[in-house]
Amino acid sequence: MKNSVENYKEIKGWGIDADPLNEPTYPMKNKEAEGNAALWERPIQQQPSVEILHSNERPNLSAVFGETIPPQGLSGALRRYAFKYSESRYRHWLPLLLADRINEIEGIVQDIKDGKFPNLVAERGWKARWQFGKKKILKDAAIGIGIGLAAYVLLKSKANK
Amino acid sequence: MLAMNYRGPYRVRVDHKPMPEIQHPRDAIVQVTRACICGSDLHLYHGMVPDTRVGSTFGHEFIGIVREVGTAVENLKVGDKVLVPFNIACGQCVFCRQGLFANCHESNSMSTAVGGIFGYSHIAGGFDGGQAEYVRVPYADVGPTVIPEGMNDEDALLLTDVLPTGYQAAEMGGIKTGDTVVVFGAGPVGIMAARCAWLFGAGRVIVIDHLEYRLEFVKKYAPCEAYNFKSMDDPVVFIKRMTDWLGADVCIDAVGSDACGNAMQTITGKKLLLQAGSATALHWAINSVKKGGIVSIVGVYGPTDNLVPIGNVVNKGITVRANQTSVKRLLPRLIEHIQNGILSPKDIITHRFALEDIAEAYHIFSSKLDACIKPVLVPNASS
Repeated sequence: MKNSVENYKEIKGWGIDADPLNEPTYPMKNKEAEGNAALWERPIQQQPSVEILHSNERPNLSAVFGETIPPQGLSGALRRYAFKYSESRYRHWLPLLLADRINEIEGIVQDIKDGKFPNLVAERGWKARWQFGKKKILKDAAIGIGIGLAAYVLLKSKANK
Repeated sequence: MLAMNYRGPYRVRVDHKPMPEIQHPRDAIVQVTRACICGSDLHLYHGMVPDTRVGSTFGHEFIGIVREVGTAVENLKVGDKVLVPFNIACGQCVFCRQGLFANCHESNSMSTAVGGIFGYSHIAGGFDGGQAEYVRVPYADVGPTVIPEGMNDEDALLLTDVLPTGYQAAEMGGIKTGDTVVVFGAGPVGIMAARCAWLFGAGRVIVIDHLEYRLEFVKKYAPCEAYNFKSMDDPVVFIKRMTDWLGADVCIDAVGSDACGNAMQTITGKKLLLQAGSATALHWAINSVKKGGIVSIVGVYGPTDNLVPIGNVVNKGITVRANQTSVKRLLPRLIEHIQNGILSPKDIITHRFALEDIAEAYHIFSSKLDACIKPVLVPNASS
């Protein structure tokens, strides 16, 4: 098939960054800037004020880290278990995924404890779905009702036999 | 302060949270004036990224005003208007010194595979993000850049991720003059990758997606050829036919783990989470590129495994290049391109929401409603 963008060389900026030296390992081979590879002067260490889990593929905490949402409850216990294993193990990732799902339930429980019943319709942004996807919602509802009715009629006719 | 609050897959709201504080001498506190929702935020929103904790605030694309600086920050002052790259980078470690700011070794304790990223789960360091009124910015003496005089705020906003990521996708493609470049995905990053491919001298740029409104947009914006894979029997055969049956010189995966187009990938990757998302776009990229060609990956995948035809990578002698974008390395060149009128990233913004309307914003972007391409959040929109 023919190139449909004719006169492409007239596109603003065409070829402005064409660089024959852009070979496939740039910038990984930028050894000039690398200096003494294994050593660097570490930035000042941030002092943790909450529990920070760290990958067992490194010996220490990074110099800075986020202190948001330390591990808590059952999900926290699972996260602590996960971090005993390296990033190359399913024993690391699968407990983390499970912890996320449990954490969702913990969040709902905490909301209720705080006197705030989660508004699932608002949190899921369904107002927008109604505003911009009314036709699809009505179509899906009609299909659902149709299937439901068909199943009901089928079951009823079987029961009558 | 008001901040986005993740409550679980497909559930977000805005809540009052404590103001962020300086926790390290190189921190700054930035008052956010604009923040984007990124396509990769949707992977978090869909519950696909492990260790995304309930209560997190997302947002790694934002600009704002410096309100407080730590004692070691000398290059910024209170009141500076800054754009903040999504990478948190120390500037000192071996990787930062190589220009690999996305791979900083001193900004993420939780995972060694990636450097710190604002608001991107605990895998990326457990930092709160910029979909809030205020945010803590570590290593404020490295990443944040004062927005140049005269630059439009929304152009600056898209310099924090989208434009550099599209540009790096093209750069990693090692495009040679006259090359045919295929970009999978016409989302914000795919659009930018297609636009930037021309800067590297591409001779032909083809974009593949399934959303007509995005294909229409990229066709004019890049400008390029744009095709809907839903109208094809097989996108790989389609690309081969378009390239004299040899394949494209360069294929770019600008989709990542939320790709559709293959039922098996969708079910195992997105529904059952048996792999780290759906790798449909990457699969097509590997099989559509010519022998000896280059596949550039900027689409985001989870940290576990994906089903990709690695045997074809070997047999075809493909070079695969991939990374999170080192925004800081690319900023000088991209600022120049914007100032010279070569690139205008703000043109891809289609929606602006008050921060308080974040649940609707996520829903519209995630469900591709109202021809949404790039949504921007505006804190304090009512004041």
